[in-house]
Amino acid sequence: MIIPTFLTSLLGPFLGPLAWMVLKIIAIILPLLGAIAYLTYAERKVMAAMQRRRGPNAIGPFGLLQPIADGLKLLGKETIIPTGANKLLFIFAPLLTFTLALAAWAVVPFEQGVVLADINVGVLYLFAISSLSVYGIILAGWASNSKYAFLGGMRAAAQMISYEVSIGLIIVTVLLKAGSLNLSHIVEAQRQGWFAFGLLFPMFILFFISGLAETNRNPFDLPEGESELVGGFNTEYSSMTFALFFLGEYANMILISAMTSILFLGGWLPPVAWLSFIPGFIWFFAKIALCLFVFLWVRATLPRYRYDQLMRIGWKVFLPLSLLWVVVTAGYLVASGTLPHTGG
Amino acid sequence: MVAIKIKKQFSIVSFGSLKAVDFLPQSVEAGFQSIFAPCPLMLSDLAADYLPILLFLGIAGFIAAAAVGLSFLLAKQKPDAEKLSPYECGFPPFNDAHAKFDVRFYLISILFIIFDLEVAFLFPWAIALGDIGMVGFWSMILFLGVLTVGFIYEWKKGALEWE
Repeated sequence: MIIPTFLTSLLGPFLGPLAWMVLKIIAIILPLLGAIAYLTYAERKVMAAMQRRRGPNAIGPFGLLQPIADGLKLLGKETIIPTGANKLLFIFAPLLTFTLALAAWAVVPFEQGVVLADINVGVLYLFAISSLSVYGIILAGWASNSKYAFLGGMRAAAQMISYEVSIGLIIVTVLLKAGSLNLSHIVEAQRQGWFAFGLLFPMFILFFISGLAETNRNPFDLPEGESELVGGFNTEYSSMTFALFFLGEYANMILISAMTSILFLGGWLPPVAWLSFIPGFIWFFAKIALCLFVFLWVRATLPRYRYDQLMRIGWKVFLPLSLLWVVVTAGYLVASGTLPHTGG
Repeated sequence: MVAIKIKKQFSIVSFGSLKAVDFLPQSVEAGFQSIFAPCPLMLSDLAADYLPILLFLGIAGFIAAAAVGLSFLLAKQKPDAEKLSPYECGFPPFNDAHAKFDVRFYLISILFIIFDLEVAFLFPWAIALGDIGMVGFWSMILFLGVLTVGFIYEWKKGALEWE
């Protein structure tokens, strides 16, 4: 209360609220960047533990300064722009990927009423932003003018749009239950029971697996299958331009986990009512952390799919199944008269 | 100065019933109801909702550009012909990498457009289903049925195969 009033009196009725808005945005971005950095650390530690290794332990206590050391190292590297590359697009692609990976967080509700932009088409916004991130990858592959980068970019794009279709249909089943596109309303609609348990349970599983494919993570990390494609679309990238792709990928992982939490795991809601003395955002972060752990667990456990298998699962299993479930969910809700705002 | 700029910027925007005057400040002393006040700039609802997103995009883009620019300035840039050549197996590449790609990628993108459009139709339907009754329900089922027939046809024709 005090800070915005102070800022308004200091900077006037326009600049004051604007400065306050910028402060709020920084309050979202900075912890997010920290979370991304420490997700890379967590990944290495968790995978090491699962493979009975120690993982990073040299820099700082328990290797805790490792992400910072990595970042500084990448900052000090030379930015290489290949001779055949389209220079403008080559630099633009990582900027786009990273910006979009962060921008999605503008609408994520952290707790009741704690959201930067509480727009009434929040789900649509998230869906649109995650669709746009294909551009960063295909531009990177194309602008590099290198065979491996080009093939990797094409593969990644085809994979992402294939799984996006089923993600869209899965979101429709959630919308049928929630009756709103507003993320806060979707969370509130789960007070009677999380969507993950009940009619939408298969969609919860499907959504998470599609999320793995959408973020190009193991076992669907075909775009960077190193034995065939070197590094995939980011083969030619170095220094900070590479780091932005890397950070973008991890930011997208956190985003998919947050979406899973909001759409299926009740967002900031506690699992049982008597646990509500713990603040909502802690529940939200705990759920995100749980999803992220499964991301890492999957990576440490499963081998990579072949590309034809990947496409087969996407188009011949996930798509028909999610389409069927849209009809089943709609039919059930209409037949049982439990649709939100019926007759309103 | 910035205040005037913002006024100008938003006076261009007008959506349907919203007029330029909706975007102008109405009262100077209006306070904040909560920390995340829904309408902090006393703009119209639409602008108040989307201005933070615009700012967010700007700040995120700035951080990304600053990181790349900083690294470009800090690190010693010493390019040479070998370093800048595309990654290959020892030879310089024989031709442009943009030459050809598998037609199946093209096919996938066409299929994607069909189904993504379908999802775009399903979004508003899913929200309104409670209010549009049985007619609305059955028309969408019919639409999905038609699409499913097309989907089965694609499947039988082998458009989804990657052998």
